[in-house]
Amino acid sequence: MIEIANISKRFGDQTVLNNISTTFESGKTSLIIGQSGAGKTVLLKCIVGLLQPDEGEVIFDERNILTFNKKERLMLRREMGMLFQSAALFDSMSVLENVMFPLEMFSAKSYDEKLKRARFCLERVNMIEAQDKSPEELSGGMQKRAAIARAIALEPRYLFCDEPNSGLDPQTSLIIDKLIHEITEEYNITTIVNTHDMNSVMGIGDHITFLAGGQLSWEGTKDEILYTDNKQLNDFLFSSDLLKKVRKSEL
Amino acid sequence: MIIADSISTFGKYLMLMRRVFARPESIKMFFRQFRIELYQLGVNSIPIVLLISFFIGAVICIQMKLNIESAWMPKFVVGYATREILILEFSSSIMCLILSGKVGSNITSEIGTMRVTQQIDAMEIMGVNSANFLILPKVTALITMIPILVIFSIGAGIAGAYAIGLFTGIMTPDDLTTGLQYEFSQWYVWCSIIKSLFFAFIISSVASYYGYSVEGGSIEVGKASTDSVVSCSVLILFADIVLTQLLMQ
Repeated sequence: MIEIANISKRFGDQTVLNNISTTFESGKTSLIIGQSGAGKTVLLKCIVGLLQPDEGEVIFDERNILTFNKKERLMLRREMGMLFQSAALFDSMSVLENVMFPLEMFSAKSYDEKLKRARFCLERVNMIEAQDKSPEELSGGMQKRAAIARAIALEPRYLFCDEPNSGLDPQTSLIIDKLIHEITEEYNITTIVNTHDMNSVMGIGDHITFLAGGQLSWEGTKDEILYTDNKQLNDFLFSSDLLKKVRKSEL
Repeated sequence: MIIADSISTFGKYLMLMRRVFARPESIKMFFRQFRIELYQLGVNSIPIVLLISFFIGAVICIQMKLNIESAWMPKFVVGYATREILILEFSSSIMCLILSGKVGSNITSEIGTMRVTQQIDAMEIMGVNSANFLILPKVTALITMIPILVIFSIGAGIAGAYAIGLFTGIMTPDDLTTGLQYEFSQWYVWCSIIKSLFFAFIISSVASYYGYSVEGGSIEVGKASTDSVVSCSVLILFADIVLTQLLMQ
């Protein structure tokens, strides 16, 4: 479980995050949604420790990351997996080597055990046949799946996904969403997904946090979101005619 | 303003180097990367070093012959001067200036691309010291390979000079050989190698710094590559003055 309490972040005179508090539970897929510039990425970076918030606390299972020294932070990071918007696979390595990388760096297991674990992760995301390919030979969806395999290689307790469906077609997006959701439940991981994909919101949003202008404007579940009377959230969610019709029919 | 910027850049460079020269998290992975860099930065540079050194050796020989030929000057002086130029300046300083273009821009664009495509962020999130993992093998590999490249360069340059004597007939190979052997000082070769070690450190660390600190996209990566080559060249020239003064006194 990750708790954030009264997080604020400013860049110069601009307040990007203003007093945000919420809880992300383990075994559930938590989504952070909001318009571009709402502060989603900054919040995610504050949570993973890539940015230092000006105020507030980030607590990973009763451990406040902001009080950690450098070594403790490094140790905590080994419990994290992250899926980047661009997948961020290492160009110079094959898919299998990418998945092996965190194991080679930090695992004390034998080479055979590491290889077994890497192959298991690739099988889990249906990428075992592409293990010898280099990242540039893969489609966007395959790159994301390989990145998920790499992210779960060290059996993380926390998984962070920054716009995982960016640049993917709707069908592939569904596959990635399903995979993230399944892995979260299967391994009881605390997963936080940064997105503005409405399919993700309706499909895997066990817990949804809506940011507007750097403030927490609404939070709830995917079932509750359809019935919200929060105007900012409604304007954001149901901006297209199609979604307006969907909502009407649901209601 | 320029002075403040320079001090700030130097401070950031030192902070990066502090992270680079930490103990590798995985010695096995370090040596794996080290082997890859030995090949990419060192072995892959051998053809260009041989090619350029051969032709420059030939041209120096022709220029010496044309410009210092005189009834008062012994014929072997051409070979002697060619050897001294190759060993003392060309094969260390000029060759490293050329390598700063080839190897330096390669390092900057590789690390810069990793930065803008979030590959470095991915390493940091995993808890990997990305500066150490990416930069230390490059610095150590180039420092390891540079003496070999210097020796190859001296050899190729002398071969170029000899070929001119042999095939053009502007001077006899015997005169050239006498000049090449005349009052040979082994220390000069050591000077060349010692200077090149410093230059190799400048090329690999400065180019890595520029790549590592890229912000933005592909245009910024290109700009960082250019800035890296310019900075490396200027620093090599400055270091050359200091090292030559120190070593040749």
